[in-house]
Amino acid sequence: MTFSVQAAVAGRGFDVSLAVGPGETVAVMGANGAGKSTLLNVIAGLLHPDSGTAELDGRTLFDLTAGRGQWTAPHRRGTALLAQEPLLFPHLSVLDNVAFGPRSAGASKAAARETALRWLAEVEATELQSRRPAELSGGQAQRVAVARALAAEPGLLLLDEPMAALDIHAAPLLRRLLKRVLAGRRAIIITHDVLDALMLADRVVILENGRISEEGPTREVLRRPRSRFAAGLAGLNFVAGGITEHGLRAGVLNLYGQHHDVPGPLPAGQPGVAVFPPSAVSVFPSEAHGSPRNSFAVTITDLEPHGDGIRVRAGDGGQLSADITPAASADLGLAPGMEVYFVIKAGAVAIYPS
Amino acid sequence: MSTRKHARYALIAALLLGLAACAPASTTPTASQPATSQSPDATGQVSGTITVFAAASLKATFTQLASDFEAKNPGAKILLSFAGSSDLATQITQGAPADVFASADTKNMTRLADTKLLDGTAKNFATNVLEIAVPPSNPASIASFVDLARPGVKVVVCASQVPCGAAADTVEKAAGVTLSPVSEESSVTDVLGKVTSGEADAGLVYVTDVIGAGDKVKGIPFDESGKAVNTYPIATVGSSRNKELAAAFIAMVTGPDGQKTLSDAGFGAP
Amino acid sequence: MKQAMNGGYGGVPRWIYVLAAAGGLFVVLPLAAMVAKVNWSQFIPLITSEASLQALGLSLRTSAASTVLCIVLGVPLALVLARGSFPGQRVLRSLVLLPLVLPPVVGGIALLYTFGRQGLLGRTLEVAGLQIAFSTTAVILAQTFVALPFLVVSLEGALRTAGNRYEAVAATLGAGPTTVLRRVTLPLVLPGLASGAVLSFARSLGEFGATLTFAGSLQGVTRTLPLEIYLQRETDADAAVALSLVLVAVAVAVVALAYRSPRAAERAPAHSGERTTTARAAGGAVR
Repeated sequence: MTFSVQAAVAGRGFDVSLAVGPGETVAVMGANGAGKSTLLNVIAGLLHPDSGTAELDGRTLFDLTAGRGQWTAPHRRGTALLAQEPLLFPHLSVLDNVAFGPRSAGASKAAARETALRWLAEVEATELQSRRPAELSGGQAQRVAVARALAAEPGLLLLDEPMAALDIHAAPLLRRLLKRVLAGRRAIIITHDVLDALMLADRVVILENGRISEEGPTREVLRRPRSRFAAGLAGLNFVAGGITEHGLRAGVLNLYGQHHDVPGPLPAGQPGVAVFPPSAVSVFPSEAHGSPRNSFAVTITDLEPHGDGIRVRAGDGGQLSADITPAASADLGLAPGMEVYFVIKAGAVAIYPS
Repeated sequence: MSTRKHARYALIAALLLGLAACAPASTTPTASQPATSQSPDATGQVSGTITVFAAASLKATFTQLASDFEAKNPGAKILLSFAGSSDLATQITQGAPADVFASADTKNMTRLADTKLLDGTAKNFATNVLEIAVPPSNPASIASFVDLARPGVKVVVCASQVPCGAAADTVEKAAGVTLSPVSEESSVTDVLGKVTSGEADAGLVYVTDVIGAGDKVKGIPFDESGKAVNTYPIATVGSSRNKELAAAFIAMVTGPDGQKTLSDAGFGAP
Repeated sequence: MKQAMNGGYGGVPRWIYVLAAAGGLFVVLPLAAMVAKVNWSQFIPLITSEASLQALGLSLRTSAASTVLCIVLGVPLALVLARGSFPGQRVLRSLVLLPLVLPPVVGGIALLYTFGRQGLLGRTLEVAGLQIAFSTTAVILAQTFVALPFLVVSLEGALRTAGNRYEAVAATLGAGPTTVLRRVTLPLVLPGLASGAVLSFARSLGEFGATLTFAGSLQGVTRTLPLEIYLQRETDADAAVALSLVLVAVAVAVVALAYRSPRAAERAPAHSGERTTTARAAGGAVR
């Protein structure tokens, strides 16, 4: 009993294949326009892909492989969608909103309300049942929306950045709630927040330009990112290039580093990536010499506050970062446009095949 | 939201336009040049410009008469405005720049005479009587006035408030026949329209309307029509600034040439 | 707009107010002039004469009927235009809106050649024993013809403003298209539907040209209030003015109602405490 989808939307350069096991929650991450919402809309039946197939628990959601044109209407798919905004029906009470799914499935009014009350209790919103959506705060409304989606008993729950529209006080509450209700439930959650992926998902899928660039257990992806996007999520510098005997070459840049994943020497000649935390990068006004270190000239593009310190963005499009203290920044007199040297201990650079 | 608001304003605007359309636009002269008073020249011709307000039923004949008049008097220009007689009388009361008023009934002319808006007295120049108009195929086989009262015959007449309706009432009484019309129109043109479009089996209109409609309708004269003869008076309006030209035009209408044109159109002699 | 009302920056130059005042006067002054002409001592007898009451009653009855017909035909049209996607959609929209700009008398002629005795459908209808010409049905058809675009435009606007996000969510919750329409779409656009219906009613009430051309004029059957006014004008100016005032009063009441109902709906969320994200989303949808 699984869910699988393979779909392509030519106009959007979208081509994704994904499977979600029973009880598994998958986080989908990616930059804006990477195709995250397209994925959910295709699964929910709100968007017609050009080709592909999808099935959920043995039922075909769509099968558009050559010669076939099977298409299940959204309301027969069992794929409830929870959007960024709660989208509670403004003319219905909270209780009737939650009862909407069961009612649509043919339950009697009384039975539907009973089911709705159960789910309202599950999201700790029983006391809101007789309110109108307009009388709820953003967090309350989203909790009710979660109950409404769950009350429809979907085979696959689709969550499209459910925390994005909430304020910083309401988001943690809803995250806790989702952690509870998503446990053992099959769901796909789109998120921008690495915390959501860590807390709520068993697995993370990175979408870039309409394609999956990386996927795996959340922890693994964050520890050994193989895509720039995932490295950014993990807060790591990311350089892609070719593996050499002692490290990685990316254009003129030679990085020395370590690898832990593969035993023995680095598999020279393969494409690989080097990742290192910005905190391991030092900034010098001139080239440093000495023990096995990486030192290269970069031009500062931006300086921005980062926690207690300053993040120095430099190099190609500001893609490399160094975290230094404000005092160090002042001593060096750093400013955008300045040429400085980034120095990284080889021990802090992890190199592995991509 | 803003598009929605705009849409609503547009709707309201269109709505008001629609309401405005309730009141049909009255015909007013598009141009009314100040008529300069000029004496007849050596050849006895008159010149200048006058505006003639004439009843709608005179449209064809007066258009013809005006062009004949202009042909004979190259210096003269006749501007014509046609509408219902009561509309025209009201417009003159409100100060419309008319030099000559030709009414389809004596009632509206008397209205102006009573309020001292005329120059001199009105002169009757034509008469008109009712006739039955039927579609060319005469689907209800109407042959006489009595046939109009047959059940199932769709008769359209003018409402009693307008002259042709008043005439119809008189004829009904004279004939001792009570009609149950399917519609009582506000103007004789609307009655004729219902007949030409085939909606009605018969309509009571003026002889001149039947002749004017050509072969779109067939006219059936009936004896009782003589009981309700409509008389058309014409007069110079008191405020006219070219009474000479106005008088000349009236003389032409009441003279042999004018009478010939009127009689060709089906009007009777006064 | 709200900003300006709260005393914020309005951004309207003063001279605009002068022109706006002129525009306002242009509409109000003729109405005031008409009111000034009313023969008040005779007002009540004039508007309560049998002919007047019959005309008013007929106008209200036929306008109500044509409003119902507008809803029956206009709601599906608006839905198809706002939500559907098919070839010729733009053309269909333009055609449906045509009666808005067409002189009503043209509409009357068009209806005549459709439902008249000699018309496209009239012959068939007559065989079936239905005679539309000179009947109250003809009045209702004429009114529906000119009023339908008001409902369609109003509702299509509401549907587009509401968007289809609520409907998409409802579908993923398992609601079939008919259920979505009944339980989500229509309740959401109810204010738009109501104001569209009210405008249609007002337009029907004012219908003159198409009725005169198509339906004729007979007291109690086809002579609606505008036709009665037109006729009374021939002989009794006082009666015409008095009846005009009645029509203006009814039209003002109806238009005021159309303006009022959506505003009330708009204000509702603001009354109940803080404006939350839900309130914004909901408000945005129903406006």
